[in-house]
Amino acid sequence: METIPVEHGFILAGILFCLGLIGVLTRRNVVFVLMSLEIMLNASGLAFIVAAARWGHAEGQVMFLMILTLAAAEVAVGLGLIIQMFRRFQTVDINVLSEMKG
Amino acid sequence: MTLLFYLAGAIAIIATFAVIVQTNIVHALLYLILSLLAVAVIFYVLGAPFAAVLEAIVYAGAILVLFLFVIMMLNLGQHTRDQEKGWLTGRMFLAPGVMSALLLGQLLNVLSQVDQDMAVTRVGVMEVSALLFGPYVLAVELASILLLAGLVSAYHLAKR
Repeated sequence: METIPVEHGFILAGILFCLGLIGVLTRRNVVFVLMSLEIMLNASGLAFIVAAARWGHAEGQVMFLMILTLAAAEVAVGLGLIIQMFRRFQTVDINVLSEMKG
Repeated sequence: MTLLFYLAGAIAIIATFAVIVQTNIVHALLYLILSLLAVAVIFYVLGAPFAAVLEAIVYAGAILVLFLFVIMMLNLGQHTRDQEKGWLTGRMFLAPGVMSALLLGQLLNVLSQVDQDMAVTRVGVMEVSALLFGPYVLAVELASILLLAGLVSAYHLAKR
């Protein structure tokens, strides 16, 4: 039975999470921000699967299913908000939303 | 299998990096699909075939097709691509890159104390389903209510 070092799986999840974080912080296009959020959620799901593989439990996969459901619900609401934003401002620039400040 | 893990991990990292530096939305979306499929391969290697199939069907299939529909609806043209190119200078990446690198360094520092090998045990659909419809049945019901709430609010928000 071949083995994989457990920390390599966690390191991969950490790298993917940090790449998603860079995307959220850097991009101004709101569609890209939502995509980077998906990357971060996916990375946390990967960490759960790695933990499930390490301890040989099925609970990690159950948690991954919950994250998947959360991502699906979040993306539906987020894309609805993007459509509404595009209708109002005719742009996907996230900075125009700063006009909302009092 | 070990080689497959590292190969898929490298593909996932490269594709995710391509997503965050891409200016064309559709290309970024295709790179994201590639990254998610690579992660699905990793799930399979780690002995979670059910999660791998769900990743391919739900993430790469359903969620990203939703993205594609919205991009088609918005009909963003050359103008947005030029705007993107103007925004995406190297200087923009400096501060977020440094902060994320610090965070990653801390993570690596913590993880370097973990020094264990995992013998990959396959956890099949049956064990997961027995848990889902046994002790976690309430969580499944709550997840379905969350999806319903998401559906209703997406309908309401996207309505004219």
